[in-house]
Formats: sequence, structure tokens, C-alpha cells
Amino acid sequence: MSNAASTRADHEIIINAVPQGARVLDVGCGDGVLLKRLKQERNAIVRGMELSQAGVNACVAKGLSVVQGDADLDLALYPDDSFDIVVLSRTIQATRKPEMVLKQMHRIGAKAVVSLPNFGFWQVRLSLLLNGRMPVTQGLPDSWHETENLHLCTLLDFDDLAKQSGFDLESVTRIAAGKASAPSRATSNVLNWLSEEAVFVLKRAWMPTR
Amino acid sequence: MTSALQILRLDIGLPLDSGAIFSPLEIGYETWGELNAAKSNAVLICHALTGDQFVAGPNPVTGQPAWWANLVGPGQIIDTNRYFVICSNVLGGCMGTSGPASLGPDGQPYGLSFPVITIADMVRAQAALIDHLGIERLFAVIGGSMGGMQVLEWIASRPDRVGAAMPIASAARHSAQNIAFHEVGRQAVMADPDWQGGAYQIKGTKPVKGLSVARMAAHITYLSDAALHRKFGRRLQDRNEVAFGFDADFQIESYLRYQGSRFVDRFDANSYLYITRAMDYFDLAAGFNGRLSDAFTAFKGRACVVSFSSDWHYPPADSRHITRAMIGAGVEVSAFEVETDKGHDAFLLDEPQFHEAMAGFLAASAADQGL
Repeated sequence: MSNAASTRADHEIIINAVPQGARVLDVGCGDGVLLKRLKQERNAIVRGMELSQAGVNACVAKGLSVVQGDADLDLALYPDDSFDIVVLSRTIQATRKPEMVLKQMHRIGAKAVVSLPNFGFWQVRLSLLLNGRMPVTQGLPDSWHETENLHLCTLLDFDDLAKQSGFDLESVTRIAAGKASAPSRATSNVLNWLSEEAVFVLKRAWMPTR
Repeated sequence: MTSALQILRLDIGLPLDSGAIFSPLEIGYETWGELNAAKSNAVLICHALTGDQFVAGPNPVTGQPAWWANLVGPGQIIDTNRYFVICSNVLGGCMGTSGPASLGPDGQPYGLSFPVITIADMVRAQAALIDHLGIERLFAVIGGSMGGMQVLEWIASRPDRVGAAMPIASAARHSAQNIAFHEVGRQAVMADPDWQGGAYQIKGTKPVKGLSVARMAAHITYLSDAALHRKFGRRLQDRNEVAFGFDADFQIESYLRYQGSRFVDRFDANSYLYITRAMDYFDLAAGFNGRLSDAFTAFKGRACVVSFSSDWHYPPADSRHITRAMIGAGVEVSAFEVETDKGHDAFLLDEPQFHEAMAGFLAASAADQGL
């Protein structure tokens, strides 16, 4: 789901959102590059979940504790409130039930950091308008029938779902052409047009009744 | 036969779960590599039901390759140039460690007067060996199947003595299905008239038929439908058509008969009863008020829980149960399910993804522990 570049713009933003010594779960942690950096740069207590055996093996070899699993099915493995921050980078659009995934994250951690490709980006809209075909862009490189992305959304759509799932928006950061802008307090139409990718930092608005 | 075995005799009384005190204790064991000055590079490998201490190199008793020769040795993943590798025959076994075939204090074979033992008792005997070797803390404890149960017992009962734990294709408790298959095996042994109520050594007989059937039934549980189909299908054995009789028409029949007959040469029937019983009694959570995660809270090392997708003997769900409890206990646990059609036996076979992960886990744990 996620690609391997070690200097991903969303990673920088996520690292900045993690306080020293925080307990972090990275859902869909790939080869563990982000977790390793969080451990080194934030002294964070890190855990990961990853679907691919290759990713798990790469993480284990880095000394990371990673459980093979699927965001849609396996977040139930984690107890309530077991992390300070749950990270989901470039993964939510590939889940079968994004709302259930968000609700699990809400249960597990006090904060959630979610990065996702934005279908509201102007290039995507223009491409669909002019060509009449599903856009293929740098951030969305696969054609419609090959993509693992089952649930593409815009920045505004995700903002709605996050609120519906019990989160308050702490910040949203726009990424375009691989560069991050300054974080914003709220989403807007302008941000929706201009973000190729966005990183949401969410915190629990309310505790679910259990 | 026993001349090839290295045996430690300890005149201690080993307290058993049954309440009995077992003495004297003999432990058949092997080591490879050198223990370093800090005594920090010891790896204990725990063998499965019918395994033995010959985890590496050729087995001097059977003449066959060791059961983990593909993993343990100089330059191998469990590198005997780097680690001091220890493997001992389990309590109740028949390869040098005290078991029902051993001679009791009266000079006669124990037979059924041998006390019923548990996985925890096996680990007590291993701990006595580790004490004898002067090792306070093991760098790693690794084992598959019943060996994995011992790994779990080690970190539950002696959490400070283990740095890294790797339970493979294992379970924290025996399921009804596991107990059922074991009971079939035991009944096959006990139904053999040559079993003689367990006193076959004294009577000069050997329940080879019963033990062979037990092994045949058990062997099926170690494989998978897909692996059996791939290896044998419905192919016939040395014939072009079925013989309308009860000879081994099919290759699978011939294979199982061969496995059964070979097994009785190297394994004691009463040991089979005792060890399967120990496995049936295993329920790690029972000692922790039924909360498995409580068994792991004191363990501060790393763990790596491995399962195999087509293993229906100790299915991946059993490993997930362990993983979930470890996560709940805050253990630094990694876990994965290797995709394979080779069934339970995959843990003994060449599974590159499994081996790569084990290499990574050991290397990272060694770095972590300053080795």
C-alpha cells in the first residue's frame, strides 16, 4: 500500500506530531521505516501491524515488534487505550470498511494520525473533467481496475467521517508535489482543491460508552 | 546405543506438578558452540513430541540428519559459531533423559510407575540443566510444536531467564481436537496385547503394532490435505491397478506404514503415552486464573510467534491467541503466519520466509542484548 521512500512528506508530518516517548501503533507499517525513525527520533515505544510477509520480515530484522494483520480485521487484537497515537499512513483508502477502522483506532489510541491521497485535488478533478476517465496521477498511479484503493475520498469527505467516528480535528496538513505546507486548524474548499495528499491529526472528541 | 548419548545425572529431587518428587534425574543433552565469558550467548532449543536432543549435526543413534540441521550449525541461522546451543531430551522421553523406559531405583524399568509429567515439569528439568551449566539467563529459547509450549512455559515461569522467545506452530493450550487425536494414539498403543499393561520391557515384548498405528494417525495431523494430494494423490504403490485386498494399494498407505514402522525403532511406547498426556494437560492460562495475558506480564524480553497457514494441528488461530495475550501483557511481540501448504511439519522444512524472519529476529535480538 505504502511505498518505500524514506523521505516521505507525510512521514515528516507524522514524526512532528509524535511527542517524545509516546506509545505509537503504525497500522500498515510497511517495511518499518517510519517506526524506526519514531523510535530513534522520538524515543517512542513503537509497534506495527503489516499485512505482507516481506514487510513483517523487514520490520523484524530492524528489531521492531510487528504483528502480521489486516487493518480491517485485526485491530481488535489491541486493548482499549493501549497507545497514545495510532498512525494510518496511505492505507485508509485501501480498507474495506474505513469507518470501522477509524472506530477501532478511536478505541485503541487517544490520537490518530491519518494520511491519505485527496481525490478533491484540482489535477484529479481536471483530469476527470477533461478526459472523462478515472485519473492516474503520481499519488494515484494505478488504473481503476488495478488499484488497491477501494475507498477514494476527498479531504472534505474524510473530515466528515473522522468527526462521525468521534474525532476532533487537531490539524490538517496539505502536501502537494511532495512538499508539505504549514498545518491548518480546519479543512476548507481551498485546501481541498490544493492538496494532493493530506495528513490529519485527530484527537478523541468523546469517549465511547463501553 | 546409549554410548552415543551425553547424560547428566543430578541427585536432586525434582518437584513435579503431580506432587511427586522425582529423583534421581538424568538428562540427555547436547551442546554446540562455545559459551562466552559473560555466559550471555546461550540458545535453548526445545524439541517436539517425538524429537530429541540431536537438533544439529548427524543423529548418532538413528544415523539420520538432525531434525533442524537446516537451521542449526556453523554459519546457519542459529549459528553455532556465534551461539552456545543447548538441546535436551524432555523429561519422560526415551533418548537419555529419565522416562518410563529408564531403570527405576529398584533396577527395573519404571513403566507405568513413572510419574505423570507436564510441560512445566519438562521445563523444570531443563532449568536444572541450565543451572548445572552455570547459565543464569538464556539469550533465546526457541521451539516448535510441543517445543513452543515449553518456550511459553519458560517465559511464564522464568521470565527473567529468557531474553528472546520464539514459539513456533504451537499453542497455549491443547484443544479438544488435539486431545482427541492423542487419545486415539494412546488407545492404539494400549490395545496392543504386547503392551502388557505397560510392563512390556519386563515381559520381553514390544507394542510395535499399536505404537505404529499411533504414529500413522499422528503423522496425518502433521501434514495437510494439499500436501498429501501433491505428494501422493491417489497414486498406487508398485502396481497398475487396485488389488481388491487390504495390502497397501495406495502410496499414501505405504508411506504411513513406513513412517509407523520406522518410528517404533527409535521411540518408546510408554514415552509416547506420557508425553502426549503432558501435552494434553497443557493449559498455560490455567495457572493464571484463566487469563493468558497474565502469564506474560512479567516477561520483558522479545517474542516472535510463528504459525503456518495450512497447519490444522496447531492452527494459526492458536498462535493468534498467544499473540493477543502477549499484546495485552505489553510484550514486545512480533507475529506472523507463513503462507504454505505443508501443514504443521512446515516448521521443520525449508520455508524461506520463516527462516528469513527467524534470522532477522535473532540478529535484532542479539544486537539488542549487546551480543
